[in-house]
Amino acid sequence: MRQLAYHEAKLEALRELMEEDDRVHLIGGTFFSLSPHRLKFAAIEESYPDRVAAPPISELGFCGLATGAAMAGLRPVVDLTTGSFLFEAWPQVCNEAANVLYMSGGQVRAPVVFHMLHGLRGGGAAQHSASPQAMLWNCPGLEIVLPSSPRDVKGLLKSAVASDNPTVFIDHSGLFDIEGPVPEADHIPLGQADVKRHGADVTVIGTSFTVQRALAVAETLASEGISVEVVDPRTLVPFDLDTVMASVEKTGRVVVVDETHQSCGVAAEIAARIVESGFDKLKGPIRRVSTLDVPVPYSQPLEAHIGPSEERITRAVRESLE
Amino acid sequence: MLPALPKTQLLAQCRKMLLIRHFEERLIGLHWEGRFRGHYHVYIGQEATGVPAISLLQPDDLLFSTHRNHGHILARGGDPGRLLAEILGRRDGYNGGKGGSFHTSPRELGFLQCSGVVGGILPLGAGAAYAAKSRGTGQIAVCLFGDGALEEGAVPEAFNLASLWKLPVLFLCENNGKYGAGNAVGAAQSATMAAYPLTDLPAAYKIPVQQVDGVDAGAVHDALSESIDAIRAGGGPRFIETQTVRWPGSATNWPVVKAPTTVELARDVSQVPEDVRGWYRDSDPVLRFMRELVESGQVDTDELGVLNQSVVEQIAAAVDFAFDSPYPELAEAETDVFAENR
Repeated sequence: MRQLAYHEAKLEALRELMEEDDRVHLIGGTFFSLSPHRLKFAAIEESYPDRVAAPPISELGFCGLATGAAMAGLRPVVDLTTGSFLFEAWPQVCNEAANVLYMSGGQVRAPVVFHMLHGLRGGGAAQHSASPQAMLWNCPGLEIVLPSSPRDVKGLLKSAVASDNPTVFIDHSGLFDIEGPVPEADHIPLGQADVKRHGADVTVIGTSFTVQRALAVAETLASEGISVEVVDPRTLVPFDLDTVMASVEKTGRVVVVDETHQSCGVAAEIAARIVESGFDKLKGPIRRVSTLDVPVPYSQPLEAHIGPSEERITRAVRESLE
Repeated sequence: MLPALPKTQLLAQCRKMLLIRHFEERLIGLHWEGRFRGHYHVYIGQEATGVPAISLLQPDDLLFSTHRNHGHILARGGDPGRLLAEILGRRDGYNGGKGGSFHTSPRELGFLQCSGVVGGILPLGAGAAYAAKSRGTGQIAVCLFGDGALEEGAVPEAFNLASLWKLPVLFLCENNGKYGAGNAVGAAQSATMAAYPLTDLPAAYKIPVQQVDGVDAGAVHDALSESIDAIRAGGGPRFIETQTVRWPGSATNWPVVKAPTTVELARDVSQVPEDVRGWYRDSDPVLRFMRELVESGQVDTDELGVLNQSVVEQIAAAVDFAFDSPYPELAEAETDVFAENR
C-alpha cells in the first residue's frame, strides 16, 4: 500500500471533498494552523475561490454562520485553528448546533464540521493548548472525531463531512509529519475503534497524538517481553465500546492515556464505561495518564512535565502489571 | 395607515393579528389556570410588525426567530393547535414536544431555528443567507429578534460577516421597549445600550438601516417591501427597527391581561382600567388596524365582529386539540439526538 505523510493524507481528503461535493465550503483557517504545511492549503484556496472563505476574527460569528449554512443545505467545514478558540464560539457550537436536531423534534439538521487542533503543541501556553473534547463529550448532539494516523485523518475527515450531524474534528499538530499506509479508496465509519497494535498483557487506550506515544511505549516495552495492545477509539461520539471491551477481556489490565485534563476528562469517562460494563474482567485498577489539572505552562520542561509523556505511560503500564 | 393592499388581503392580515392576540391572551389564561408549566413570552403589541412583514416573504424563504416566536409562527400560517400543543409539551406539537414555547420551530413553514439564546440567531441567519447566495436559490434569510439582542456579542459579528459578504439577510429588530427596556425595569433603553439609537450599531457595519413605527401596519409594509426587494436584488443585508410600546401586561415576568381584546375596544377604550388605558388607545396595533379598516369604509363593525368570532372559535378548537394530544412516549426522550446518517 502507498505511504503518505499525515499532512498529505489530510490535504488529499480536503481536495477530494471539494471535488466531490460542491456543498462543501471551507471557512476559517488553513487546517494546519502555524505549521509550514499551511502553505499547501493555498492550492485548494486557488482552485475554489468561491468555496473557501477567510472570515474576520469572529469565531462566534463564523461558527454560527457555518451552522446556519448547514441548516440551509451546505456542508461547511470550519477551521477554528486551535481548540482554545472553540471557547469563543461555545454558544453557537454547544447551544445552537448541538441542539437544533433535538429541539426541532428531528426536523432540522446541521451537518457542519468544526475542525481544530488540540493539545500541548510546544509553547502554546495556557490559551492556545486546550483539549476541549472532554467538555464537548458532555454536550449531547455533537460527534467527536480524533484521528491519530494518516489513514484515519483522511477517512475520518470524509466521514465527518458525510455525516448529517454536527461534528467536532479534533486534530493534533504533533501528528502532521508521521507517515503511514493510506489506501487510495477507503471508508472509515464514525464509531469504529481500531486496534493499532495487538498485545496480550496490558491494554493501552489512547486518542489522537497519545496513540503515537502509546505505540512508542509498546515498542520499547516489547523488548522487555511486555506485550501491550494499543486501542484507538478514533471517535468518542459515537464510542465503540465493544472493541475496547474485547481487548479488556483479553488483557484484564487497562491504562487510558489522553491529553485532556484529568478531572472529568476523556480518560475518566472511558474508565467509567469499562468498569460499568466489565468490572469482573479487570485484574487491577484502571490507570489514567492525563494532563495534570493545571493551566498549561509555557516553559518547555514544565509543559512536558504536565502532559502524558512516554515516561508516565511506561510507568503506568508497569504499575498495572505489579 | 393601512398597507396599500386589496380588502381581501387586509382582512387576512386583520384575521392573523386577531389570531395572535387571542392565542396569547388565552395562553396567559391557561398559565394562570395552572394548566402548563414553563416560562413563555407573548407577542402582544407587535402584531403590526410580524403580520405585514412575514406576509411579504416567499414560501421558501428561511426564518429564524427567538423565544418570542408565537406571533411569527401564526403570521406565517402556523396552526394554533399545533403551536399550543408544543407549548404544552404534547406529541402533536410542531417539534413533538421537545422544543416548547421558546423553540417551537416548524420547518414546513421555513423556520430553521427559534433560539432562546438572545442574539443567537443572527449568525445562523447570516449562514442561511450564505447558503442561499452560494447555491443561487433566490431565497432570503430573515432574523426576527428583539432590541435586547443588540447587547450580545454574536450580533455585531453577524453584522460584520453579513455586510462584508453581502449576504441576503433581513435583520428585523422588533424594539418593544421604545420607552423602557433592559434588565432594569422602566429604565430607558439607552441605559443598557451605548449604541443608541439602535440603528447606530448596524450602520457602523455599513448595513442600510431604517426605523419605522411598528404600530403602523402600513409603514411596516412599505419599509419591508422596499428592503426585501433590495435584498433579493443582491444588495446585501438590511436592518429595520420597528418601534412598539411595550404592552403593559408584560410589566411583570408573568404576563397579565388587564383588558381582553374585543372589536368594541377598537372604538371605545373607556372600559379599560385607567392605568393601562393609554396603551390600548394609542399603542395597540390590533385595535388600530381594526379602527383604520372601519374608518377606510372597506369594512364595517359587524363584519369585524364576525371575523373576530371566527378567530375566537378557532382558538377554542385549538385549545381542545392541544389538550387532547397525549404526551410523547418516554422513549422519545432519547430520539433525535443524532441523525441516522453518520
